[in-house]
Amino acid sequence: MSDNSDIRNMFPILKSRVNDNDLVYFDNAATTQKSKEVIKELERFYLQENSNIHRGVHHLSQVATDSFELTRKSVKTFINSKFTHEIIFTKGTTDSINLVASSLGRLLKKDDEIIISEMEHHSNIVPWQLCCEISGAKLKIVPINDSGELDMIIFNELLNSKTKIVAITHISNSLGTINPIKEIIKLSHENNAKVLIDGAQSAAHVSIDVQELDVDFYCFSAHKLYGPTGVGVLYGKEEILNQMPPYQGGGEMIKEVSLHKTTYASLPHKFEAGTPNIAGVVAFKKSIDLLENFGLKTIKEHEDALLSYATKELKKIEGLIIVGTSENKSGIISFNINGIHHYDLGVILDKMGIAIRTGHHCTQPVMRKFNIPGTARISFAYYNTFDEIDRCIKAINKAKDMLL
Amino acid sequence: MNMSINEIENEIVEEFEMFDNWIDKYEYLIDLGKSLPKISDSEKTKENIITGCQSQVWLNAKEKDRHIIFYADSDAIMTKGIIAILIRVLSFQKPKDIINAKLEFIEKIGLKEQLSPTRANGLVSMIKKMKIYALGFEQKL
Ligand SMILES: Cc1ncc(COP(=O)(O)O)c(C=O)c1O
Repeated sequence: MSDNSDIRNMFPILKSRVNDNDLVYFDNAATTQKSKEVIKELERFYLQENSNIHRGVHHLSQVATDSFELTRKSVKTFINSKFTHEIIFTKGTTDSINLVASSLGRLLKKDDEIIISEMEHHSNIVPWQLCCEISGAKLKIVPINDSGELDMIIFNELLNSKTKIVAITHISNSLGTINPIKEIIKLSHENNAKVLIDGAQSAAHVSIDVQELDVDFYCFSAHKLYGPTGVGVLYGKEEILNQMPPYQGGGEMIKEVSLHKTTYASLPHKFEAGTPNIAGVVAFKKSIDLLENFGLKTIKEHEDALLSYATKELKKIEGLIIVGTSENKSGIISFNINGIHHYDLGVILDKMGIAIRTGHHCTQPVMRKFNIPGTARISFAYYNTFDEIDRCIKAINKAKDMLL
Repeated sequence: MNMSINEIENEIVEEFEMFDNWIDKYEYLIDLGKSLPKISDSEKTKENIITGCQSQVWLNAKEKDRHIIFYADSDAIMTKGIIAILIRVLSFQKPKDIINAKLEFIEKIGLKEQLSPTRANGLVSMIKKMKIYALGFEQKL
C-alpha cells in the first residue's frame, strides 16, 4: 500500500516539477489526473475511428458508434443499472442536474416542493432555484450541524406530500461528509418524492449500485474519475425518463420531424441532442476499466488510510481548525489556520510544488454557515501517498512560520 | 519634490534584486503587507470593496494638492504586500501619471503571476479602479 509507484506510473503528469519541486497533487476533488490509457485512447480514437455517431452507414461511423456505445455498457455495469438506455451522456454533473431540473421541472406545479441541503455545490442549488422561479415550486433547505452533517430530523420534518424532488449530494465537496443517501432515498420514496443524488465526489471513491440504492437519478462527471473533461453521466430510472419531456431539441434526439410537430427518439437518445463529446466518451471507458481493476473497495481503503493519517498529522499543527468533522468522511479535508488567510497558504504551498484548493469551493452557503470566507482544501485520489502528506504537512508548517 | 513613478519603480526593482530565492522575497512581501496601515472596519464599505474569488480588497482614494493618495487593505497578507508596493508607486502622484503608468516593474520583480486575472485575488481590478479614480479626479481638476 505504501509503495504505489506502479499506480503513479500510470499517470504521467504526476512526474511534473512545479517551482523546482516534485508536484504533490492534492486537488483531486476539483479534477483528477488522467491515466496514460485514457490519453492514448483519445488519440487512438482521432487517429483511427473519428466520425460522427448514430448517423452514417459508412464503416467509420459504425466503428465510432460501437466504441461510444461500449462506454455506455461499461457505465451500466459500473453503477449496476437495470438497462443500458438508462445511462444518458451529458457534459458533466452540472449538465446532468440541469437536465433533470429543467425537464422534470416542467412537470411541477405551484406549491410543489423541492428539498436540497445547505451543503450542496452551487451546481445542485442554482438549477433548482431556476426551476422554482419558472414553476412556482418552493425550495426547502436541510440545514447542517457543526460537524458538517445533514440534520436528518429536520429533513424528516420537511418531507411531506407536497415534496416532489429531493436533490442531495452523496459526498460534500467542501466538507467531505458522506451522506446517508440510502436512508434519504427510502424516506423520500415513502413520501412519493423522487430523489436525485449528486455523485460528483463519490463515483471514484465509493462503490455505487443504483438498483440497490433504488435512486431515481444519479449524476457524475468523468473528469473526477480519472477520465476526460466534458463528459458526464445522468443515470435515471427508465420509467421516469420516459415520462419526462426532452431537455434540448436538435439532431439525434428525434424520431421524425416535420415543421410543426416532432416525435422524439427513444431512450437514451431523447436526451442526447446534438453531437456529443464522442472521443471523450470513448476514452472514458478506459478510466472505468481502471477503477474496476483497482477495485473500489481497495481504493476506499487506501483513501481512508490517507484521510486518517492526514487528519491526525494536521491536528498536530497549532491553530489549525478542520471544517467538516463527521465520523463518516471521504478523502477531503477543509481547514483554516488561525490568523492565516487560505489564499496566502495556497500561494506559498504552490511555491513548494503542492497543489491544494483554496476559496469557497462553490459552496458559499457552507462558508456562511461556518462564518468563514473560505478554506484550504486537500483532497485525495488513489495515486496519492503518505509521503506526499508528510511533505504537505512540512510545507504548511513552513508557510505558518512565514505568515505568522 | 516627489519621486516620479518611474523612479520609484526602479528603486523597487533594485530592492528585489537582492533576493536570490522566493522565500526571502515572499517574506519581504509579507512584512510589507503587515506594515501597511489597516483601513478601519467602518471604512470598509460596499462601495470600496473589490471582491475577488480568493481574497478581498478595499480601496479608498482622496485628493490633496492635485495629487491622489490611495489607501487600501486586503484580508490576505500576500495580496496586502503587493498592495503596499502599488501604493508606494501610485500614491502621491498626479492623476495623469497614474493613468499612464504601465507598471512594468511587476514583471521585473517576478510577481507577474500574482497579478494574473486567474488568481482572482482582486489585484487586477484594484489597479483598474485606481486608474478610474485618477481619471475621475483629472476630469474634476
Ligand atoms: C459535489 C459537486 N457537485 C457538482 C459538481 C460540478 O461538477 P462539474 O463541474 O463536473 O459539472 C462538483 C464539482 O466540483 C462537485 O464537487
